[in-house]
Amino acid sequence: MKRATPAGIGVLLFTSFCFLCSAQTKPEKKDVAPVYGELEKAPAKYRAKVNPFEKDPQAVAAGKILFEEHCAECHGKNALGTNKAPSLRAEEVQVAPPGSLFWILTNGIVRKGMPVWSKLPEPQRWQLIRYIKSLGSADSTANKTDAKP
Amino acid sequence: MKRSRFTQLYGLLFWAILPVAGASALAAQENPYIVAYDHNLEEPGSLEIEYFSTFGTQRGGPDFHAFWSEFEYGATAWWTTEFYLSGQTTSGESTVFTGYRWENRVRPLKNEHWINPVLYVEFEDINGADKIMKEVEGHDVESDYLVPNAVARQERKREVELKLILSTNYKGWNFTENTLAVKNLSNEPWEFGYALGASRPLTLKGAAQKCNFCLQHFIAGVEMYGGLGDRYSFGLHETSHYLAPGLVWNLPSGWTFKIEPTFGLNDNSHQFLLRWGVSYEISGFGQKVSQLFKGKSE
Repeated sequence: MKRATPAGIGVLLFTSFCFLCSAQTKPEKKDVAPVYGELEKAPAKYRAKVNPFEKDPQAVAAGKILFEEHCAECHGKNALGTNKAPSLRAEEVQVAPPGSLFWILTNGIVRKGMPVWSKLPEPQRWQLIRYIKSLGSADSTANKTDAKP
Repeated sequence: MKRSRFTQLYGLLFWAILPVAGASALAAQENPYIVAYDHNLEEPGSLEIEYFSTFGTQRGGPDFHAFWSEFEYGATAWWTTEFYLSGQTTSGESTVFTGYRWENRVRPLKNEHWINPVLYVEFEDINGADKIMKEVEGHDVESDYLVPNAVARQERKREVELKLILSTNYKGWNFTENTLAVKNLSNEPWEFGYALGASRPLTLKGAAQKCNFCLQHFIAGVEMYGGLGDRYSFGLHETSHYLAPGLVWNLPSGWTFKIEPTFGLNDNSHQFLLRWGVSYEISGFGQKVSQLFKGKSE
């Protein structure tokens, strides 16, 4: 059997890769309501959790850095959402119990593109939530100001 | 294979990646393992380009330097696919291209559990001179690696490798256990192996100011791996085993550095290996490539 040449392997790789990229989630405006609905699915024991960093004056600053490092790419640098992920300043997120957000961060919404973030230690997840909550709600019309063209 | 083949292949990959070089970097959160896998997959649309190196000493033979590149892509939040190219230089002999691997990891469960399974399937087309030791299986022993490159590269191995990855994140710690089964498609018996790992960031809280040297960016750990024989002689008889403490530095800029001194645990093992790696994570890579072919996204 003829051996595959490196160039052949490269072409195969590149073609496969283009297919993969085009097959991934399309950057279209999404109906975000079902995504926010995931917050309702948090088990009661999670919903009842209190953010241990609620009174930590450094938590917002630390959460902001973590947000920029891990979340801003999809949710936008102002958390107003992009074509890839919804706004975190929507009313649904801002009024949700911190424990529900913690549950979403821990479990992701894997089938809808939100990765699992359990690899971030628990304190960092809580710091992130503290930051997100500090942003407050934004008018839904501003939702796309941070969206990519 | 000559070095020029490397140049061709890497050149092709370079030109493939160049158009999306403007994509932004994403801070990685890699564990320090080089052999073991945990259940944390690549973020969707992100491409991680990695280079790893293993320097090995051999009793009764020359030292070697094995190296490989990985292109790891998050196809979805539950599926990561990865392509490897590998080679090695044996002191006093030659530098050879040793083949490629294509692996896929899939999370079958949508939520996080106490133990999180990941299914792993890999196809590899490598030659007998391969020394990257990305996994240790069957009756792999140090003396297998003494065969001169000129002879070893004549042997071609097409293998399918299956792994069950069971991993837990608990109070900042990661514990992982991998069980592997490898089948050489040229009618050889199934071979088995294992890898275990534990790791933890040096601190769990995030710092309130930006910094590269904050302890949260360093994760220390240890992994242990080895062979478990094959279908006809399952067990620890004539197998090699290794223990490797490691440290990873995940920079906020997207760069990651790993180092892992590795120690053989029995007479069949290499006495010492030094393994290290560097990687760079590009977020939004898939979307950038997609735009190249579809025009502007809405």
